[in-house]
Amino acid sequence: MAKQRVKFTFPPHLIQEPIIWRLGRQFDLVTNIRRADVTEDRGWVILELEGEMEEIERGIRWVQEQGVRVDPVPGDIVEG
Amino acid sequence: MSFAKNLRCRECGRLYSLDPIYVCEFCFGPLEVMYDYEALRRHISRRRIEQGPLTIWRYADLLPAEGEPVDIGAGFTPLLEARNLGRALGLRHLYLKNDCVNPTWSFKDRVVSVAATKSREFGFDTLACASTGNLANSVAAHAARAGLRALVFVPADLEAAKILGSAIYGPVLVAVRGSYDDVNRLCSELAEKYRWAFVNINVRPYYAEGSKTLGYEVCEQLGWRAPDHCIVPAASGSLFTKIYKGIKELAWLGLIEWRKPRMTAAQALGCSPIVEAWDRGSFDIRPQRPNTIAKSLAIGNPADGYYALKVLAETDGYGVAVTDEEVVEGIKLLAETEGVFAETAGGVVVAALRRLAREGRIDPDETVVAFITGAGLKTAEAVQDALAEPVLVDPTIASFEEAIARRQGALPTARG
Repeated sequence: MAKQRVKFTFPPHLIQEPIIWRLGRQFDLVTNIRRADVTEDRGWVILELEGEMEEIERGIRWVQEQGVRVDPVPGDIVEG
Repeated sequence: MSFAKNLRCRECGRLYSLDPIYVCEFCFGPLEVMYDYEALRRHISRRRIEQGPLTIWRYADLLPAEGEPVDIGAGFTPLLEARNLGRALGLRHLYLKNDCVNPTWSFKDRVVSVAATKSREFGFDTLACASTGNLANSVAAHAARAGLRALVFVPADLEAAKILGSAIYGPVLVAVRGSYDDVNRLCSELAEKYRWAFVNINVRPYYAEGSKTLGYEVCEQLGWRAPDHCIVPAASGSLFTKIYKGIKELAWLGLIEWRKPRMTAAQALGCSPIVEAWDRGSFDIRPQRPNTIAKSLAIGNPADGYYALKVLAETDGYGVAVTDEEVVEGIKLLAETEGVFAETAGGVVVAALRRLAREGRIDPDETVVAFITGAGLKTAEAVQDALAEPVLVDPTIASFEEAIARRQGALPTARG
């Protein structure tokens, strides 16, 4: 089993959608929220995903397809 | 000796021992190095620092590394009084911190020197990074000096000229097919899987501390006093926050009198998530997709963006975003007035400075320091089309005089 820490940033139109719940239902993943800041028009959630690596990658792809931005927890790693 | 005591989560305050970790296990907040300031205060003095080497390692007591430094001569770069540029902008006490003259021609040598030293101390055999330029150059150079293996990840479409400045030091260069986001994601996964020192991931708490030395040096070079106003380029926001931390530490330690400097963050408009949040009056960074010639500042999702916004608020600073045209003008203005050829990040800083001066937001008598963090030959393509063509002449005096009169509107004064 692998674990990955990620940050989801939600655009306004997805704030009311239960994306993380659906992620846990549609994929064989455990979602574990550690920190979040969600307002009526924007939000981010830092969470850990646990499961097989391929399942994590499939889950992340699905979340991105919904319109959520997915970033590594340390922010951008590629520097100038 | 180092007085680093532990790592502390910047979000929930939990403490950790000084290990190669970067994130709080509880809340996933970033970790920062804490020091035993009481012991440091008893130990440190201006004199002790002044007797140290002419590199960042004169501040070794204030850095989180114990071992023999991996030192290729980073730091203690000139603080130039910029009288010509100051006159052009109506500022009487303007200084340039010229970090172009570091060993690999950017301020990254400061952070990487600390990261490489700490990584060797931890027993790592590989120094890694993902970079499109300055960071890669510095990691490859320091790894060579330290006898560590260097692994440098770059996007596969990066221009050959950008790779040369790293390739020369003999690292393993890994060109990743995919988008910028793909490189980010891959590197974060690799850092979890392999036991490497990834300078801005698992040794980031130590790496970032190297930037404090810019704050220390400026205060020392001003005669042990803090500037009134710092104009700093912002990418991840780490440099910006650490310069401020460095100045505060000197005051806590009684080495300077505390005067809170105004901290201004300069970004390129095409990648300005920190300034955009500041303009909105928010602490919530909205990630951006970079589109600017200032590649060394092109971080769309800045790791320390939130903390940079806190420093802006605490110091009543300004967030300034400038266009690419202004960046080129800034590079030229700096070169033509002070003889310093900066890369695009320097152009961003000078353009931001010019904007603030024109808008009357800088008191002409303030001591202002503009941080010029990298040398111009790294981004020569940015200014190539903006420079005057050479004056082409036949090898005769008549041809020369005619051509020069056309260019300058007057003949040069002849001797005798």
